[in-house]
Amino acid sequence: MIAELGAIIISWLEQLSGLVWMLRDTGSEIIECLVRHKAPLRLDQFFYQCNRAGVGSIPMVVLLSLFIGLTMALLTGYQLEIFGLVTLVPAIVSVSFTREMGPLFTGIVLAARIGAAYTAELGAMTAGGEVDAIEGMGIGALRYLVTPRILAIFCLTPSLSIVSVLSGIVGAAFISNLLLHIGYGYFYDQVIRNFLIKDLMSGVVKSLMFGAIIGVIACYKGISMNGGAVGVGNATTQSVVASICTVIACDSLCNIMMIIFFP
Amino acid sequence: MNAALQRVIELRGITLKFKDKVVLNEVTISVQSRETRVIMGMSGCGKSTLLSILLGLLTPDAGSVDFKGKNLTQLSRSELNKVRMKIGMVYQNAALLSSLTIGENVGLPLQELSTMNSAQRDAIIQEKLELVGLQDARNELPSELSGGMQKRAGMARALALNPELILFDEPTAGLDPINSNLINELIITLRDKQKVTSIIVTHEMESAFALATQMAFLDKGKMILLGSPDEFRNSDIPIVKDFLGPFSNHHTSKQ
Repeated sequence: MIAELGAIIISWLEQLSGLVWMLRDTGSEIIECLVRHKAPLRLDQFFYQCNRAGVGSIPMVVLLSLFIGLTMALLTGYQLEIFGLVTLVPAIVSVSFTREMGPLFTGIVLAARIGAAYTAELGAMTAGGEVDAIEGMGIGALRYLVTPRILAIFCLTPSLSIVSVLSGIVGAAFISNLLLHIGYGYFYDQVIRNFLIKDLMSGVVKSLMFGAIIGVIACYKGISMNGGAVGVGNATTQSVVASICTVIACDSLCNIMMIIFFP
Repeated sequence: MNAALQRVIELRGITLKFKDKVVLNEVTISVQSRETRVIMGMSGCGKSTLLSILLGLLTPDAGSVDFKGKNLTQLSRSELNKVRMKIGMVYQNAALLSSLTIGENVGLPLQELSTMNSAQRDAIIQEKLELVGLQDARNELPSELSGGMQKRAGMARALALNPELILFDEPTAGLDPINSNLINELIITLRDKQKVTSIIVTHEMESAFALATQMAFLDKGKMILLGSPDEFRNSDIPIVKDFLGPFSNHHTSKQ
């Protein structure tokens, strides 16, 4: 039992150290490129990844957030109606989406949609010898392959998070009007009244963290995968599970810190 | 002193283990300028691993790899990348980037590593593709080409930066005789006209004897024979004789 636990901890530590080394090597390749007066990043690659991670994820983020906002308003409303407090629904939905639900669900969607794609394609490139070929040419596989991906998801997650917040509030407003008899005007006034820059900033900072976490884990799992097609499949599963777990754990930690330091 | 100056690459006492398995055992070999060294051996004897060590993709547990006086095993990542620009590698499976066209694959090292402008890059891409006879496939994806064409494209990419040393991993494996001859002719052209130093890993005896100026035989991770093609033909080491088959003088005399 203790031996098994020890093996699991050692495996985690190995993965963590591999991840740190990947970031270190990526950084050193970027610096090396800058020293040679070459752009460390191909802009076309960066914009392609931005389009894929950001624009391509909008429909899924909108759909998911819309239904979650709708369900949240409905369930909260029916409970609050018992106490005659149904008018609190807009405030509850807007605060929780701005601060918590928007970034968290965006993180989960991106981990599943983009993280999995990153791992699978880098894994396939590793298995096919393409990563070694890039490395063997002296180009720096990490800079060439990893940097645009991590940067794209890091930059785009906050924007998607805001899209998620807006979609969630729209979904909540719709169902509140339909079943809880809260007018759109009142809903809008309450959302604006309860909107705090602090909550928005908290959401944006969390989104940036989630984007970085998903990008780094997904790329590391892809680059470090072993084995053929089965290896790619395993790496993709591990990447999605690790990204979602880390995002949720990080979200909880952020909430605790926010409550303690910015009550 | 003169020999040392002409030596392009030298491996001394290379030992590599994967866990407890010894893959390479104190391998020592040197390659002179303009030499075509063919490395042969049974499958799994460590030939391709040796090429990965030569390119700095694997670090040996012991020994040194000297490329023009620089020990690759002790270089930093950035120094190693600079050395890699002088070494081209043609992979067994071509290892072309599947999302890029053939032209983009050939232009990749030029775009990422040189300071050439777009017109200069285009001219070199065209020149290298013409050299391997793929000028019409410039805008095609690797998946749209045959295995032989992919290998030739891989060769064009390896030549893009005019390397001083080219490593070939099974360049003719799995190809039909016409494509094999085409690849062999290309390697001979590089040797005779462009004076490129090459290390070729192959199982194909016909290609090996057509291309080699020097040969090496690896058995279970140990270098058991180094010498000219004639020395190989005359070798009476059992595994070498069996491996060469009809290409061995001893094999002919038996029959």
